[in-house]
Amino acid sequence: MTLPPVPDPSAGRRGPRRSVRTLPLKLPSVIVLLLWAVVPLVMTIWFSFERYNLLNAGERGFAGLENYRFLLTDPGLAKVIINTVLLVGGVLAITVGLGTLLAVLFDQSFFGRGAARLLVIAPFFVMPTVSALIWKNMLMDPVNGVLAFLMRGVGLRPVDWFSGAPLAAIVIIVAWQWLPFALLILLTALQSLDPESRESARMDGAGPFAMFFFIVLPHLRRAIGVVVMIETVFLLTVFAEIFVTTAGGPGLASTNLAFLIYRFALLDFDIGGASAGGILAIILANVAAVFLMRTVSRSLET
Amino acid sequence: MKRTLRNKALFTAAAWPVALVIFFPIFWMLVSGFKTEVEAVSTPPRLIFRPTLENYAAVWQRADYVRHAVNSVIVSVGSTLLALGLALPAAYAMAFFPTRRTKPTLLWMLSTKMLPPVGVLVPIYLLFRDLGLLDSRVGLLMVYTLVNLPIVIWMLFTFFKEVPREVLEAGRMDGAGPGREIASLLLPLSLPGITSTALLAVILAWNEAFWSLNLTAAKAAPLTAFMASFSSPEGLFWAKLSAASTMAIAPIVVFGWLSQRQLVRGLTFGAIK
Repeated sequence: MTLPPVPDPSAGRRGPRRSVRTLPLKLPSVIVLLLWAVVPLVMTIWFSFERYNLLNAGERGFAGLENYRFLLTDPGLAKVIINTVLLVGGVLAITVGLGTLLAVLFDQSFFGRGAARLLVIAPFFVMPTVSALIWKNMLMDPVNGVLAFLMRGVGLRPVDWFSGAPLAAIVIIVAWQWLPFALLILLTALQSLDPESRESARMDGAGPFAMFFFIVLPHLRRAIGVVVMIETVFLLTVFAEIFVTTAGGPGLASTNLAFLIYRFALLDFDIGGASAGGILAIILANVAAVFLMRTVSRSLET
Repeated sequence: MKRTLRNKALFTAAAWPVALVIFFPIFWMLVSGFKTEVEAVSTPPRLIFRPTLENYAAVWQRADYVRHAVNSVIVSVGSTLLALGLALPAAYAMAFFPTRRTKPTLLWMLSTKMLPPVGVLVPIYLLFRDLGLLDSRVGLLMVYTLVNLPIVIWMLFTFFKEVPREVLEAGRMDGAGPGREIASLLLPLSLPGITSTALLAVILAWNEAFWSLNLTAAKAAPLTAFMASFSSPEGLFWAKLSAASTMAIAPIVVFGWLSQRQLVRGLTFGAIK
């Protein structure tokens, strides 16, 4: 296949330029991503309008809006959406709030700072199934777990996390994994804070609190925005942590949208219903993604 | 002078306990891997014990652990190499020969990352079933390549952008052809960037747990999916779980530590450097 050379608008502006056919260099990536992004999406949309169950494949046919009606009138859906929002919101509140404070703390100079920073970012590199198992068994076990031991130590009754407060337990586990992410990014952003503006604020008599609210926080605004958006996109579809700890239970107590779709698809084999749920998830993720893309697009200018 | 020293001591006293609390779950896993099963579940938790290597030996002797570890290596390294092979030419073209379409193309590539995997679980599962790719390393390797490709292109693009043009132009003046220019100037200059991009891709593929849980089973499962099998009650041996977990995460935590600074750029799609 021959391709016409791509006109380079910057050619001739700056020194000798080779005319390079760049399209063949880009085309493989563009094609595979196009296939990956479009084909499954179109299929999901198609299936979502079909009556299609793998256990009863003979009955396949057009279902109109039946799957959506079934999904949206499911009494469990409200619960699942609330769980999804609580999970995202809870983890965001912990990671961004605590992450900002800890970023300021770990930006100060203290003894062994490099080593301490390595320790706090480590959880982000632990695979989700392992962190979920470690928390579920060795930390949160109501009889032999370390948390139960500590609670008994101060005279409290140990919490049976996974039957009593399953969603809270999952929020804690996921927040532990994502806190280092927020911390790492906010710390990096803090390091680009101009020391002079800090110094001049100090000269003007700003105390530590004024410094934090009027110098540090405004400087971090963009980074905090980026953290919130990226985490939202990924937290909307938390899966492995639920899969290995509660499997969504008891009942629907810790089922989020991603886990509900998984149950429709691979446990009930309801392809149509799972696809309608998938479309709902895509719409939710896109709301967050639009804001993220706008920020990233702006950073491309500079 | 005295004041700064006092502040330093104060911040040390505040920061270290926080670091130790956050790291504690990993520390506890590390320690428990060297206990006997009885010691691992004992309450009150034991800090003093005679370390044993029996759990590591037991996990290592299980043929399936080794097989799943090999799957992880093949899938994460293979997908990274494939993604680099696709991304290097594309990022090179976009960084050095930008056109009007470069920016929209980059943003569109990134937007494919925003598609929640669960939204396309059904069609991918059915396609894989029909193509015989379920529970195959090739299938998972392809998915990871595609999942990471936008980030890899994006990171390489930002690194290529930072290569000083003057050096390349000087080489061109000295009569270096395009091949020479790439091989002896561009690649050495951007090698640190390419390395950290590859590290991030390996880390992300190694830890990926949505597609591995849904698309693989006994044969092709990487460690993320294999570890999930420890959640069944009959597999509940905390010391062995700890030993297996430690081996599964150790190389990747070290990789993460080595490249933490560059990771920020990749993880934020270049929005924070």
